[in-house]
Amino acid sequence: MNSQPIVRIEKLAKRFGEIEAVAGVDLEIVRGELFALLGGSGCGKTTLLRLLAGFETPDAGRILIDGQDMTGVSPHLRPVNMMFQSYALFPHMDVAANVAYGLRRERVPKQEIRTRVAEALALVKLDGHGARRPAQLSGGQRQRVALARALVKRPKLLLLDEPLAALDRKLREGTRFELVRLQEQLDLTFIVVTHDQEEAMSMASRLAVMDAGRIAQIGTPHELYEHPASRFVADFIGIANILDLGNGQWLALRPEKITLSIGRPDMAQAISGEVVDIAYEGDRSLYRIAVKGGPVMLVSRTNTVRTSEEAFRRGQTVWLGWNNDAGQVLDG
Amino acid sequence: MVGRARFAFTVLCFGYAFLYVPIALVIAYSFNASRLVTVWAGFSLHWWQALLHNEAMLSAAWLSLRIALVSATLSTLLGLAAGYVLARVPRFPGRMLFGSLVIAPMVMPEVVMGISMLLLFVGSQQFLGGPDRGFLTIVIGHTTFSLSFVAIVVQARLADFDRSLEEAAMDLGATPWTTFRTVTLPLIAPALGSGWLLAFTLSLDDLIMTQFVAGAATQTLPMRVYSSVRLGVDPQINVLATIIVAVAAAALIVSVRLTRR
Repeated sequence: MNSQPIVRIEKLAKRFGEIEAVAGVDLEIVRGELFALLGGSGCGKTTLLRLLAGFETPDAGRILIDGQDMTGVSPHLRPVNMMFQSYALFPHMDVAANVAYGLRRERVPKQEIRTRVAEALALVKLDGHGARRPAQLSGGQRQRVALARALVKRPKLLLLDEPLAALDRKLREGTRFELVRLQEQLDLTFIVVTHDQEEAMSMASRLAVMDAGRIAQIGTPHELYEHPASRFVADFIGIANILDLGNGQWLALRPEKITLSIGRPDMAQAISGEVVDIAYEGDRSLYRIAVKGGPVMLVSRTNTVRTSEEAFRRGQTVWLGWNNDAGQVLDG
Repeated sequence: MVGRARFAFTVLCFGYAFLYVPIALVIAYSFNASRLVTVWAGFSLHWWQALLHNEAMLSAAWLSLRIALVSATLSTLLGLAAGYVLARVPRFPGRMLFGSLVIAPMVMPEVVMGISMLLLFVGSQQFLGGPDRGFLTIVIGHTTFSLSFVAIVVQARLADFDRSLEEAAMDLGATPWTTFRTVTLPLIAPALGSGWLLAFTLSLDDLIMTQFVAGAATQTLPMRVYSSVRLGVDPQINVLATIIVAVAAAALIVSVRLTRR
């Protein structure tokens, strides 16, 4: 087993006119992991992916894939395949020809192409759809053709640009697990670009949060959620109450780490406030509570019991309590 | 509402009549027995037979057809190259000038184009000893203006082309040339087809440019028709017009089919 990182990005920079799309990124991606690049629009995550695929040339820095410097290597010579956000299926070819395209460029023998295309289509559960045109497929089927086409060459690294963005919500959740299953089954390295933090958190073994062309934090989903390194990350991933502790220090406190009670709780931290708003979401309820002389805080309660009404009313005075280790102290 | 619909229908009928009655008359009179173009004297295929034995007219038609085939093909190749560069290369020295030069033949009066072409060929004959005015110079002349139309069609088609298709091909291991051959070209083929047909029809009925560059010995179909009309119209002209209308209509239908696909 090769323990060398599959991708090594060193001081990578790319600007478009005035905009620094990628501003000095250092990143290592481990073989066999599902890595997510997470960020808002314009944070540079897609540019980073395009730099990896070779569609953009960096202004500075370099990318090593499997130990080889990729600077100046054209896209068609890189051991990398990409699944495009628009899927980019060739409309003038049927599904089988789309999937076979990459193998034909490698001059793989015809018989082998046929078996490998059939395997790839079976892998994404599209057996028997080889003769269809992309226009005759549903959105979910097209997504799977795009995946099969990118997987069939068995790339060292698969890049996925917003792979689930064009699917509807129900399909998205099923496909998410499907992608993870494929990645583990084929033992490939995936880099997924997404703006959807829930998607990134649930799929990735590690993720990087990007902001303005820089990486704000890299870590496992648990690390990023429970130990955010900055106010940006705390705020970007999930919901956080950010409390000013003075002396330039802040406390990032997740809504579910706070307990609500009528009487003063026996906890290290306790303050009282008035319920301003309640958002019932089925599985949980989100309370907005105005603390006396302080900020409005968000508290969530899991609805573990079937009831027809909320435990607290709007306008009621309640106590908020949490332990000292419930939040993350931040310096910036 | 019924009154308005009837009014609209009447206007539509007048519009169509204005456009198509003259053509229908030409077709009908091609089957006229009379020697006079405008007097109906019963049905006859006489003038169709006459035209089929009119050697001068037939050889002019054959020449025009050959010129149109060659110049349409040349314009399609050059227009494809020009349109591709205009759509795909955002900046290079002289891009503005190049863009204007490609469009210039569309807006420039043909007489001016004709004179400048003639001066060019006279000059080249003096200093380079050729080419002689005839087939080749007509092809060059026609190609110069038809390629603009092809370039515009190609550029428009490439402008709304999804670039990620080409990127996907390269990502899957295709060289830039293979990408062009297997993805770009098949997808813009309908535009190329209709561009070729446009160039073909432009060449087939061009008179002005042709007269400047044809030289003394060469006579294309439009030149032949024009000179025979001046000598007095013969019903054979009606037959010829009918054939041209049929060819043009067929080309138009094919072109529409291609762009719709």
